[in-house]
Amino acid sequence: MEALGLLFLGFKVLFTWKTLALMMVGLTLGIFVGVLPGLGGPNGVAILLPLTFTMDPTSAIVMLSCIYWGALFGGAITSILFNIPGEAWSVATTFDGYPMAQKGQAAEALTAAFTSSFIGSLVAVILITFLAPGIASFALRFGPPEFFAVYFLTFCSFVGLGREDKHKTIISMALGLILAGIGMDTVSGQLRMTFGNAELLRGVNFLVAVIGLFGISEILLTMEEQLALKGHAARISMKVVWKVWKDLPKYWVTLLRSSVIGCWLGITPGGAIAASFMGYNLAKRFSRDPNSFGTGRIEGVFAPETAAHASGTSALLPMLALGIPGSGTAAILLGGLMVWGLNPGPLLFVEHKEFVWGLIASMYLGNVVGLVMVLTTVPFFAAVLRVPFAAIAPMIVVSCAIGAFAIQNAMFDIWLMLGFGVIGYVFKKIGIPMAPLTLALVLGSRAEDAFRLSMIGAEGDLRVFWSNSLVGTITTLGIILLFWPLIGATITKTLKVLRLKH
Amino acid sequence: MTLPTEEQGDRSLASQRSVETITLGVILAFAALMAWDNWRTGIRWESTGPQAGYFPFYVSIILAGACIYGLVREALRMSKLSRSFVSRDEFKRVMQVFIPTLAFVPATQWLGLYVASFALISGFMYWIGKLKPWVSLLTGFLFSLIMFVVFEVAFDVIMPKGPLERLFGY
Repeated sequence: MEALGLLFLGFKVLFTWKTLALMMVGLTLGIFVGVLPGLGGPNGVAILLPLTFTMDPTSAIVMLSCIYWGALFGGAITSILFNIPGEAWSVATTFDGYPMAQKGQAAEALTAAFTSSFIGSLVAVILITFLAPGIASFALRFGPPEFFAVYFLTFCSFVGLGREDKHKTIISMALGLILAGIGMDTVSGQLRMTFGNAELLRGVNFLVAVIGLFGISEILLTMEEQLALKGHAARISMKVVWKVWKDLPKYWVTLLRSSVIGCWLGITPGGAIAASFMGYNLAKRFSRDPNSFGTGRIEGVFAPETAAHASGTSALLPMLALGIPGSGTAAILLGGLMVWGLNPGPLLFVEHKEFVWGLIASMYLGNVVGLVMVLTTVPFFAAVLRVPFAAIAPMIVVSCAIGAFAIQNAMFDIWLMLGFGVIGYVFKKIGIPMAPLTLALVLGSRAEDAFRLSMIGAEGDLRVFWSNSLVGTITTLGIILLFWPLIGATITKTLKVLRLKH
Repeated sequence: MTLPTEEQGDRSLASQRSVETITLGVILAFAALMAWDNWRTGIRWESTGPQAGYFPFYVSIILAGACIYGLVREALRMSKLSRSFVSRDEFKRVMQVFIPTLAFVPATQWLGLYVASFALISGFMYWIGKLKPWVSLLTGFLFSLIMFVVFEVAFDVIMPKGPLERLFGY
């Protein structure tokens, strides 16, 4: 059990007053970000990232991951009390969470949501603890072709498995890849796509893009929809907590099923949103009384929350082990790591052992501290939502501007952020997904480097991506996923024809 | 995704379809520009491997292809009916937040970020949110002050500053 020893090392790195204090600060900020409409996990982390620039990497990542935990917990508060999903993955939580609040069971619903988030994350963190080192050491044998194949697989699975129109996903991804290429070419040092503009030499920073795409655009959308916040008050007493916890064993099948779904969809870039819906739908299908779902069943809160959080957390596994983020927020954490000169991927486990295990240990600790914190501070955070939106909107704009400026101390980046805000607004309304753009923007130059290095190694022969069984399997899998909608349709058609013949 | 449906008495400003066509057209033009620039940079093979424009050039081609597909699909669609992209009232509300934000950016350059953020928050709360003047002023002041203390004093993150901060020796 080498992992356990290393984990212990991680806890030792973590237990200083300073780190613990940062953890509390991070969690509080995170819950705020999760509760406020127009802010969410990805851009909350992006905006607050500059706060950590002057810290040492371990403290910084501990604080950032706590912001992330906080945001995950916070999303549930608005879903249940106000029927407004703070995050897209909390949509399924509103189905039964809000009816429960209407029936006067807000405290039970919240306790259920927080507890299941805790369980989902815990399962995922345990998975990370035992799987990540293995995957990383396996990936140490990867060369450029293998890495490119993995990136290719990631991109393809977004196109093939996404629910959006395929061409829109491709547009979003290609835009991200092009934007990532602006500025200095990392291989030859040549300038490209800058059109002589000195500001573009630095390239398009993906954090700036994220703040605009998610933060500013969300403000515009919220303003357009004229959000009226009408919610239920809630206070959680110890009695309610015990009552819900006592009943937990009854729901172990739901919890386990949702955890497994979540972990699977988190590692493959299916995402927390898909996981939460799938968790909910499966719980409904397997229930003895499916019609009671939607009227305020506690299982309807357990199922999506567990899946969403298992997925949100396990998305960090490929990010740490391979350098490929499984979600938008994981992509931003990856961007943060690169700011401190840490290169996520298999080598991180060898070169920065203390850092990696400190981070993993902080996931355990942050999760426990977070659970206690949300259970005790719900009334306070629910009150935040009663602040008029006319006060919150300009504050978020200012926070976004601070975040965008601080990344490279450039005024140009604030303009860029505003531009991305408009793009995000339009894209959201015409159904172009933004996650592929974010992913491509963060992985673009790595994918290009991997591609060019493999091409140089193979002297331009594309067969290098089938040169051994490992890389060949990954590449083929990528191509299958890319054309999955076509393949899937053909299979169903053939099956139908066969059935008709019989 | 929430798409607004056309309400009675609130005329649509643009249809979903026209905005989609225009957006795809703009992206197509962007793709063409990028393809041209990368072609200029060099998309061939050298002794050291592909030139700098190689990878982005082919991505631009893929992007252009996806846009053309989208445009053709949109043009071939039989039904001429389309949902509203944004109604007049909605657009007005979006502009209510967008225009102050747009003005806020140059203001940070002249007045410094903290003074500009005070003006943005107080002004927005008073004029758009119709909140009481003293509430608006106090909120704007406190928020800017807290941001200043957190970023400038506690975390050493330097923001653009203007005449007021210089007066206090920052």
